[in-house]
Amino acid sequence: MTSTKQHGGLARPSLGARLRRGVEPAVLLGPGLLFYAALVAAPVLLVTGYMFARRGRFGGVEWELSLDNFSRVTDSVYLEVFRESLGLAFVATLLALLIGYPTAYAIAKLPPRWRTVALVLVVVPFWTNFLIRVYAWIVLLNSQGLLNDLLVGIGVTDDRFTLLYTPGAVVVGLVYSYLPLMILPLYAAIEKVDEDLLEASADLGAGRVRTFLGVQLPLTMPGVVTGSILVFVPSLGNFVVPELLGGGKTVMVGNLIRDQFLKAQDWPFGSVLAMIVVVLLVLLFLGQAWVTRRVEGPARG
Amino acid sequence: MARAGARQGLGWLWLPLVLCGAFLYVPILVLVAMSFNGGGSAYSWGGFSFRWYGELARDSDLISAVVTSLGIAAGATVIATVLGTLLAVGLARHTRSKMLEAAAMAPAILPDLVLAIGLLAFFYAAGIPKSALTVLLAHAAFGTAFVVAVVRSRLAGSDAALEEASRDLGAGAFSTFVLVTLPSIAPAVIAGALLVFTLSLDEFVIAYFTAGPTTQTLPITVYAMVRTGVTPEINALATVLVVISVLVVVVAARAIRPKEKS
Repeated sequence: MTSTKQHGGLARPSLGARLRRGVEPAVLLGPGLLFYAALVAAPVLLVTGYMFARRGRFGGVEWELSLDNFSRVTDSVYLEVFRESLGLAFVATLLALLIGYPTAYAIAKLPPRWRTVALVLVVVPFWTNFLIRVYAWIVLLNSQGLLNDLLVGIGVTDDRFTLLYTPGAVVVGLVYSYLPLMILPLYAAIEKVDEDLLEASADLGAGRVRTFLGVQLPLTMPGVVTGSILVFVPSLGNFVVPELLGGGKTVMVGNLIRDQFLKAQDWPFGSVLAMIVVVLLVLLFLGQAWVTRRVEGPARG
Repeated sequence: MARAGARQGLGWLWLPLVLCGAFLYVPILVLVAMSFNGGGSAYSWGGFSFRWYGELARDSDLISAVVTSLGIAAGATVIATVLGTLLAVGLARHTRSKMLEAAAMAPAILPDLVLAIGLLAFFYAAGIPKSALTVLLAHAAFGTAFVVAVVRSRLAGSDAALEEASRDLGAGAFSTFVLVTLPSIAPAVIAGALLVFTLSLDEFVIAYFTAGPTTQTLPITVYAMVRTGVTPEINALATVLVVISVLVVVVAARAIRPKEKS
């Protein structure tokens, strides 16, 4: 407001003004984009380039064109790791969906005031340190742990058995870690559903199951897909949960990638593995966009 | 009528709420309870005690890790908040490019492991030795994306007409930004900064790949502790971290609420 510059009301902006208008976006966008160029674009390009290079003798890479890294992925050992990772991430996603959908549905049906409280309660564990949340399950699942005490106590079993260091423990850890990421988009989708449509379905004689499968579920599909991706993707790339709860017996793609970079020092092979995960991710996002367009597109038009 | 119907319809829906609540909170509450265990074992109860909180307060490695993490989080927050706010305003007011929008969000969408190995490769190729500073830069990079997301959504709801009025009344680009744009997005900028600070404090994967051999952030230290086994001290540490995260969620909720009213 202290500026004394004058603009002629309807006159065309002067050359200087137009120049300044070009400088402004550059000042706003420039620093951030430069920062990204160095710390996001360059790293992604490097990893992409590494895929076609050879491993250096002492870590790093030698820039010699090679496609060996790709053929190595088809080795049955690595295919097995991919199969197991996809399987565990899929089961974790499915479980999160089965727990998350009824929960999100119930939250959406709460009175508004309690809705906010419930949503905050869903989010709080997610803001608790990730390692601590995984550690909590070591305490619970350990053979000396509380869950075993409980099972022996109520007479389900006499023998303490190993719950920890099993694929099941890994799945529980993944579900526990990412469940809030499933509930929030599901809640957003369920809350948007027009109650009149459900009533109409019931009035026209559809049973509860049919109304759910024919109306409710298709309408909330964008939430289902978004939540599933938000659980599936970090589960697939996770190396902490398989290590801490799987006890090193369950190796997922994340562990493999970590080991190529920090232990085996085979960066080119690690880059190929990481890029396969990225390609899967892109395919999932394309699928998500397709589902969202199918459900929300016609409604807008 | 509708409301009564909704409440009536809750019926069996209490069940998933209670079960899911138990699933989310029992593990955390068990940790909190075990942290007051006076015995030396992490499993069997040895009487109520604050003993492990005392041990925690005397653990100098842990304290220096907290100091390192706070420093990294503060630095990353400053960089990410400044760059993210500028980017968000630039995106909202000066471009319709969907490509640029997507690029600005990239670090938040990329899996953390991929960003981590990329940054490891980048620092190696650029000849920058890994240290606390490289972690700070890495956290600033993904933090920027979160600030962009938060500020961008606020700008979408705000009126560009105010800025145009300021221009028409003769204010320059800089004074318009400082006197008109910034005050209107201030709550989002603060929320974004808070978000980056907490994300950085908690971030493990990227820090694990970009930290120097002697850089111990809090999550890196926790990882090392958790890997060696269950100790009552970790339970006490976990409780402290849980309490802090609850406080942060409450403060953040308060900071964001006025935004919805205005």
